[in-house]
Amino acid sequence: MEPRVFELDEHFFRHESGRIVAALTRIFGVHNLALAEDVVQDAFCRALEVWKFRGVPENPSAWLMATAKHRAIDVLRRERTARTFAPELGRLIESEWTLAPVVHELLDAAAIQDDELRMMFSCCHPRLAEPAQIALILHILCGFSVGEIAAAFLSSNAAIEKRITRAKKVLAGSKKLFELTATDFSGRLSAVHRALYLLFNEGYHGASSESAVRTELCGEALRLAGLLRRHPLASTPSTLALGALMCLHAARLPGRIDAAGELHTLFEQDRSRWDAQLICEGQRLLDLSATGSELTEYHVEAAIASVHARAQSTEDTDWARIVSLYDMLMAIRPSPVVALNRAIAIAQHQGPEHGLETIRGIDGLERLAAYPFYPATLGELELRRGEPTIARNHFCEALALARSPMERRFIERRIAACQNDSDVVLMEHVSLRE
Amino acid sequence: MSEFLFLYRGGDSSGSPEEMQQTMHKWVAWMKELGDSGNLKAIGNPLEPGGKVVKGKQKTITDGPYAEAKDMVGGYTLIEAKDLAEAAQLSKGCPIFEKDGFVEVRPIMQINM
Repeated sequence: MEPRVFELDEHFFRHESGRIVAALTRIFGVHNLALAEDVVQDAFCRALEVWKFRGVPENPSAWLMATAKHRAIDVLRRERTARTFAPELGRLIESEWTLAPVVHELLDAAAIQDDELRMMFSCCHPRLAEPAQIALILHILCGFSVGEIAAAFLSSNAAIEKRITRAKKVLAGSKKLFELTATDFSGRLSAVHRALYLLFNEGYHGASSESAVRTELCGEALRLAGLLRRHPLASTPSTLALGALMCLHAARLPGRIDAAGELHTLFEQDRSRWDAQLICEGQRLLDLSATGSELTEYHVEAAIASVHARAQSTEDTDWARIVSLYDMLMAIRPSPVVALNRAIAIAQHQGPEHGLETIRGIDGLERLAAYPFYPATLGELELRRGEPTIARNHFCEALALARSPMERRFIERRIAACQNDSDVVLMEHVSLRE
Repeated sequence: MSEFLFLYRGGDSSGSPEEMQQTMHKWVAWMKELGDSGNLKAIGNPLEPGGKVVKGKQKTITDGPYAEAKDMVGGYTLIEAKDLAEAAQLSKGCPIFEKDGFVEVRPIMQINM
């Protein structure tokens, strides 16, 4: 009488949405993306109505796919003269004899395995700016609504809506999903890496002060990086390094933002809250990534995170190694933010005066003008140097730049620390995003 | 104990995948609660949105349910409760209220023959 209770994975609907939209888009053609989305929405409404009463079926994923498949066949039958679909379907949809079998074959579990990946590569179209690529990935592959993306990025619904609509137009113009055998595969793979890296960073360093939102964004980036790793063509050393970097950082997330939504720097974190399993997985991926000749920024960043993960405390950290890794990162991908992080490591290794001197010598320092953790870093170093008055001024400057209540509360705590100069901490390595 | 029919009317089932999953969980949890408290006689069924209406002496057949879309019956459940007041109280746990829908609580006629 009662529904049988099979538990759904967390975010099951979101993830299935990405998978089925990607598969249907291959069949309908990328120009009919909206149609694929409608079919999936229909299938989900149906699942919701039935599962409310009957509970979750034993194989919910197959149930959803079968429902979507039926709808897709209806749509193809109804619209085969009015629309053009994917060229693969050809004339097979013209006859009732071939329509259903060909759809079943195309939506075979093995066939749809590549679809999510192809969609991921398609979303990283060179004509799209990185924020548009990320919004598109979140929307299509991760099943986030416009409102949910806007909330995660502290942006307006209208702005995200506009970004996604434009991005979809570009995607629709690309005629078909990206082929994993294409000649520009490796170039596109780098773009995918970058987008996933930025998505992860948004979760790790972004503006949202809700730890749940951050965990979700990081979780999505980890999941998509895992999809890349499972594909023989996409599982390159840099893909592995990117995965390592995400695992090693995600491991620290429970210590970084506590349940009350308070930000804790690397220096104040309770390291017992770090996720040992993720650290292990990160180390494993980092070891695996050490093949081939290419050394990417992901390798170096993962190596830095690995030094932190191995250390019992800040004092126990091999800062000399971290400084040399930042030197390497500056050679591969120089930016004022990387330089600022390097300066923090130097301060830790050689003292705050050296850190401040290094900061003064950073190229393009003006690009950090709006970044709250730039004056906050100056404040920390001045405080450690025994200059609480100067430190306080820097922190006040940082406070004016804070992007969220969480950052504001964090900086206020630092201002308070300037009054009783005992409580000295240093910034965690700040965002590496430019 | 008397029997009552819950008719679920209206309610917007669209939303983001995450919202839909939340909604589904709430329904399953609510139904389980009714079962655990011994108030669930039969879980009932969802109804397809479309249908036909046959009407009048001419028995004309028209498309679609009679009601306005916002009042349309989307499903039903058979409930056991002490009296109508208790049945109405039980319906308050229904997640449909979060989606602008409502529950119609109807006593099943007691027939003693």
